[in-house]
Amino acid sequence: MKLVIAIIQPHRLEAVKAELYKREVNLLTVSEVLGHGRQKGIAEVYRGVKETGNLLKKIRLEIAVNDNFVEPTVEAICKGARTGETGDGKIFILPLERCVRIRTGEEGREAIG
Amino acid sequence: MSSGDTGFVLVSAALVLLMTPGLAFFYGGMVRRKNILGVLMQCCILLCAVGVQWVLFGYSLSFAPAEGFWGGLAWAGLAGVGLEPYADYAATIPHQAFMVFQAMFAVITPALVVGAFAERMKFSAFLLLMLLWATFIYDPIAHWVWGLGGWLRDLGALDFAGGTVVHINAGTAALVCALLIGRRRGYDNKPNPPHNVPFIVLGAALLWFGWFGFNAGSALAANGPAVNAFVVTNTAAAMAGLVWAILEWLVNGKPTMFGTVTGAVAGLVAITPAAGFVSVLPAIAIGAVVSLLCFLAVTVVKPRLGYDDSLDAFGVHGIGGIWGALATGLWASKAANPAGADGLFFGNPGQLVNQLIAVGATVAYSGAGTFVLYKAVDFVVGVRVSEKEEHVGLDLTQHHEGAYTVLE
Repeated sequence: MKLVIAIIQPHRLEAVKAELYKREVNLLTVSEVLGHGRQKGIAEVYRGVKETGNLLKKIRLEIAVNDNFVEPTVEAICKGARTGETGDGKIFILPLERCVRIRTGEEGREAIG
Repeated sequence: MSSGDTGFVLVSAALVLLMTPGLAFFYGGMVRRKNILGVLMQCCILLCAVGVQWVLFGYSLSFAPAEGFWGGLAWAGLAGVGLEPYADYAATIPHQAFMVFQAMFAVITPALVVGAFAERMKFSAFLLLMLLWATFIYDPIAHWVWGLGGWLRDLGALDFAGGTVVHINAGTAALVCALLIGRRRGYDNKPNPPHNVPFIVLGAALLWFGWFGFNAGSALAANGPAVNAFVVTNTAAAMAGLVWAILEWLVNGKPTMFGTVTGAVAGLVAITPAAGFVSVLPAIAIGAVVSLLCFLAVTVVKPRLGYDDSLDAFGVHGIGGIWGALATGLWASKAANPAGADGLFFGNPGQLVNQLIAVGATVAYSGAGTFVLYKAVDFVVGVRVSEKEEHVGLDLTQHHEGAYTVLE
């Protein structure tokens, strides 16, 4: 089992979701986060006072998958999120020790699907 | 001069002023949250820009007495527009009270157009386009309909508070802008979920409240027609909101808050030209029918034709305004207002013909004129933001400002 964490551009979320569904990856958690990599933030000005280096809005996806779904998931995120510009984001793949479905108490492979 | 009338018109002008920020919140709630300041700013800057344009030359172009295209510059800088009444417009209030009341109409009309191109127009292009539009589209049409020597006024077309000048005019311009600027990226004939429905309700409430100044104030006196306008305005809005809720209930299973206030605004639009000329039962019919027409325009026609009038400026103001202007030709009666005229249902089919001419002239001139101005501004500065700016949103890219913090 792996936990796939991806940071993507907000406007690519719909495209990433569509690619994931095509590959039957139907379970995901989405949150709004702030951050930046090589991109710079956009300067903001409040009543004439400039603030620089602000963070950019990003979307963080968390998807727990069984091993045979790791490649399709990565492929889907890359396909959906890539624009070719800096700021497209990153994917992190972490080992996942345990997974429990709260409703039934099932664990592991069954619980993820 | 009447102190009662003067006080009433000044308060009405203040009520109409409040409609522009009200409209800003009505529209602002509908957009995605990266664009709310863009929408608020587009509406509010018009309070500033047209507020100055109006006293410098807008009022003169609209209302200075003249035959022909517009009023000319005789009253530029408010020359000769003083504190004594100008009897041909309003005999019992200072001329400047009439002028400032009209200023608020000139402000909100271009603001209505904002709904068509929300979330994708460059701010610089917006400001230029709307100042040109206020000068070359709004001012001439206001002159035709309301100005001394205006040809639609002389023809006898009835427009109590601005159905043609404000709503059909803005609605037509909205459709032209939506077609020219193209769809928002990612728009798939389904509305984006509004980011703040309570803002939409707040904005609609301010619009409804301000509309009493818009319609009752258009009597320009605290008198019977003002009361009639107040009563029919409230009734049409109420009926239209109710009918929209019922339509949603029948079609989609549940009535929605967004739908109900959209209906109420459509009712306010439709009763605007008729407010001083119809009695209360026709107002119920006008309100009921406008919701049906706008509901069809927004939920069936727009997705089928595929244009992205993002916040339904045409679907509500264009369609609602045209219905209101024609309904005035149906239900106007001298019983409701001896200074008005009888409509088709009171034995005068000619009135409906006059209304059709006014609608046709407004749609034709506003449509063609908006097309030319849009193309000119696009040529000079480029109207649409870049793809990247559209993704990041107008708030950060056009104003370097964010509406909401994610972290403190």
